[in-house]
Amino acid sequence: MAAVLTATALPRELTPAQRALRRLARRRGAMAGLGCVVFFVLLALFAPWVAPHDPLATSWSAVRQAPSAHYLFGTDEIGRDVLSRVIWGTRASLLAGLVSVCISLALGVPVGLAAGYLGGWVDALISRITDAMLACPFLILAIALAAFLGPSLTNAMIAIGISATPIFIRLTRAQVLAVKVEDYVEAARAVGNSHLRIALRHILPNVVAPLIVQATLAIAAAVIAEASLSFLGLGQQPPAPSWGSMLNTAKNYIDNAPWMSVWPGLSIFLLVLSFNLLGDGLRDAFDPRHK
Amino acid sequence: MFKFLLQRLATIVPTLFFVSILIFGLQQLLPGDPATALAGEDHDPSVIAYLRAKFHLDEPLYMRYFYWANGVLHGDLGESVRIQKPVVDLILEKLPVTVQLASMAIVIAIVFGVSAGIVSAVKKDTAWDYAANVFALWGLSTPNFWLGILLIMLFAVKLGWLPASGYVSPFEDLKANLAAMIMPAFVLGNAFAAVLMRHTRSAMLQVLSADYVRTARAKGLDERVVVLKHALRNALVPVITLGALAFGELLGGTVLTETVFSIPGFGKLIVDAVFNRDYSVVQGVVLFTATVYITLNLLADLAYFLVNPRMRG
Repeated sequence: MAAVLTATALPRELTPAQRALRRLARRRGAMAGLGCVVFFVLLALFAPWVAPHDPLATSWSAVRQAPSAHYLFGTDEIGRDVLSRVIWGTRASLLAGLVSVCISLALGVPVGLAAGYLGGWVDALISRITDAMLACPFLILAIALAAFLGPSLTNAMIAIGISATPIFIRLTRAQVLAVKVEDYVEAARAVGNSHLRIALRHILPNVVAPLIVQATLAIAAAVIAEASLSFLGLGQQPPAPSWGSMLNTAKNYIDNAPWMSVWPGLSIFLLVLSFNLLGDGLRDAFDPRHK
Repeated sequence: MFKFLLQRLATIVPTLFFVSILIFGLQQLLPGDPATALAGEDHDPSVIAYLRAKFHLDEPLYMRYFYWANGVLHGDLGESVRIQKPVVDLILEKLPVTVQLASMAIVIAIVFGVSAGIVSAVKKDTAWDYAANVFALWGLSTPNFWLGILLIMLFAVKLGWLPASGYVSPFEDLKANLAAMIMPAFVLGNAFAAVLMRHTRSAMLQVLSADYVRTARAKGLDERVVVLKHALRNALVPVITLGALAFGELLGGTVLTETVFSIPGFGKLIVDAVFNRDYSVVQGVVLFTATVYITLNLLADLAYFLVNPRMRG
């Protein structure tokens, strides 16, 4: 009997998440983005082995040398290898992107969940605070926070994370409002589940998809924001390599050492583009109606 | 109309209240004694004592907030420790430069972004659509300070057509002013154009499949008239609202653009203030930008209300 059942069983049904991943895999742009992100992650992880030179080693005999076989991307104003600094700089950018978005998620999701689920005055209060934070332009708020906290990569990540939080509060709240009236939530309530259990076990898993999409796009924004803060001198402090601070120095040598600005900028562009492509692909995959 | 305006204004008051708390709260992030920090590099005990008295630092937090907010409501955003000038004066001094830069950027963004959005929606799934989407992705992914550096490299260093940086007042020499502002305006408008393109595209796609557009086509109207007169007018309504929301990013972008091109505007003011540890200026600029942003969004909502008869009920 068991053998008959196995032989005639229908192909296993795919879960919605599996279907979404299949749709994602068919999108060439998203896959290219994913490939590029993986490449940068590997570069960051294996920087000590991949970088041809010490990113901090200066050489007065090799100041502002054009790209050559020895220095593929050229050297900077104090003779450091630009390629090695770009490779090591990947760490600061990726770290800033991931950590700040984790901060935003850790703050934004619970608060948004509380606002959407509890409603009433809690919702009204949280919504007004969110409006107030959204009224301060993202980068200006991040600059102000970083200025008051003091310039460092850690503080830049905190500043970016806090500045990006209201978007996650608003998104989670809107999703929760849509989900909490669903029948399965009513059913969970009817069988006597606690509020906390309903919020965490029945509502949260159903609002994860748009959060993943937003988080991916937020990483792109955070990478640009970290580069911007470092460019202004509020992020990674010299001599530690970061793409933004490399560009800050490079802008003083535009006319006689253009390679100093080309490579770090191109790296920011590629990494941000990859996260944007991946985010767009995820959005289309999770919500096929959106096109 | 009046009721709508009142309702909308009623939501602004608490928002502004929380904005003020947020900005006042920034001060509390300063490590150590606020008076010493506010004095910046000036370690003169008399200055520190003066600041302590001025900001009522010996009083409880809520009283300090009260004094500060009271000042703000009377147009007093504090004084720059560095330049010894009221923050309001500094902001008003730098504002015209940034307004010119932002306006030029908005015009550039509308011209490129909205047209690319229309073309991409009308020619959906063609090479045009593909190209417009690539343009939007480029705009969203390019850090504007890098784009600024690349443009300086090309147009100032290599071709010598435009000045690399600096600013000339339009009242002194309009031509020199435009030559100095065109590159920064393009850099600033780039990302905004991308946002507008995406919004225009999706709004146009929605409108183009609407019944009244089908009717207009069935009447035998020229496709150009259908797209520009019937579809675009309605599609622009959400674009205005969403564009106003994205305006904050444009304001943020001025900080970087003005730094790259050494333009003495509002953005440069906040950066210089950060490095001079001139915290009242930083707070003033943030408060001012937030107020501008809230006002613009209110105006966008009003515009939405005015152009959309269904809203008027």
